[in-house]
Amino acid sequence: MFDWLAAIAGGGLAAKATAAVTTTGVAVSNAAGNTAIPWWVWPLLLFVTTFVLGIVAVLGGVGGGVLFVPIVGSFFPFNLDFVRGAGLLVALAGALAAGPGLLKLNLANLRLALPVALIASTFSVVGAFIGLALPNNVVQAALGLTIVLIAILFVISKNTEFPQVGNSDRLARFLNLGGTYYEHSSGKTVNWSVWRTPQGLLLFIAIGIMAGMFGLGAGWANVPVLNLLMGAPLKVAVGTSKFLLSITDTSAAWVYLNQGAVLPIIAVPSVVGIMLGSFVGVRLLAKAKPKAVKYLVIILLLASGLRSLLKGLGIWN
Amino acid sequence: MAKPQAEMLKSPAPKEAVVKAPAVPKVEVAPEQLVYANVLLYGSWLGIALLLLTNVIYLTGLVRPYIEPSMLPQYWGMKASEFVQVAHIPTGWGWISMLGYSDFLNFIGMALLGALTIIGYLILLPAYLSKKDMPYTFIVLTEIVVLVLAASGILAVGGH
Repeated sequence: MFDWLAAIAGGGLAAKATAAVTTTGVAVSNAAGNTAIPWWVWPLLLFVTTFVLGIVAVLGGVGGGVLFVPIVGSFFPFNLDFVRGAGLLVALAGALAAGPGLLKLNLANLRLALPVALIASTFSVVGAFIGLALPNNVVQAALGLTIVLIAILFVISKNTEFPQVGNSDRLARFLNLGGTYYEHSSGKTVNWSVWRTPQGLLLFIAIGIMAGMFGLGAGWANVPVLNLLMGAPLKVAVGTSKFLLSITDTSAAWVYLNQGAVLPIIAVPSVVGIMLGSFVGVRLLAKAKPKAVKYLVIILLLASGLRSLLKGLGIWN
Repeated sequence: MAKPQAEMLKSPAPKEAVVKAPAVPKVEVAPEQLVYANVLLYGSWLGIALLLLTNVIYLTGLVRPYIEPSMLPQYWGMKASEFVQVAHIPTGWGWISMLGYSDFLNFIGMALLGALTIIGYLILLPAYLSKKDMPYTFIVLTEIVVLVLAASGILAVGGH
């Protein structure tokens, strides 16, 4: 069904996606400076943008939230409060839709997720209140800096499929953190455990605050902590991270909802656009070159991060 | 010598070797985890469908909105706290009293998506209690408190 899209994409899906995002971004930028633009153009542009982001996010192996907030916050005329509120709903919807499959395959492990989620969700509430209380230019600049650092993290981070895990720490043993999942590629059942649990939980405090403050999904941080620090196998780290988002983002999203920081005209087209884009992205995944798309994601993050930083500093409005 | 067609029809077809695919080992998943998964599965798609339906009602003007979509460009550049004051938007669960307006109808789908995790945790709680897993009973209970507090609107940013 999507052969026509892949055929049009031709030799260079990543290049085509870059062109689509760039073209959309230029159109949005131009429109933002034109006060005679009819109101309905914005939700329509938003839908198109998030549809493309949904495709890129799947191909690049990232969550929609980490692309949504910096790009929409930098190039659309919406206040960052509403962009963050929508961003949390976008990330939440994606996590809730992915959760069932991950739970049924035990790729999202409840024993690992629940203690981590408690920490992250509590502090995402704190982050949400901090973010709503701070002036927008401060949040915008901090967001820009964070996005640039995330882009660098994507470049240098090398996730490990099956990390070497030392002796489980006392907390991991007390909570009995570990589990089993079936690895299709090897045809074997994998038993796994974790270590460095206190250090991991401490980092989830910071992750929760950032998720609530910036309206980001936090998957970009969950996976390295679970995989590289705590030693969970990569598939379990990714699956548990996605499930974690549904809990972390629920608490922060309620804060934004209750504070009047969610506008349906922004949130709903974004949720629908990204969900549809993700659906298409999954179908295109087999044909895409992962490395090329990963570079595209890094470029998008760097561009939107720098734009956000400069906008927050008042240098480029 | 060829067999008559009737006899040929009666003759059974030669048996082909049947190769069975190796069975995928089952990984044990706790029953409460499966129930939680199904709550998310049906709830999330229902929530998204509701969002789509109510947004169409809102944007097409089938039901009168509180703020006309064409007026929103005057508001969407404001901070949320300013928007709430200037447009007299109810905070917390005040949107329930505004369900007669199409823009607030959208909150039904959003509230459903926000409630799914709380419902999931309420399913987990008796399971951990029955297993006498006290650490996880405590974790689940505390998480329910956090989520309900966040959802309640009791917590508020000071000084709008």
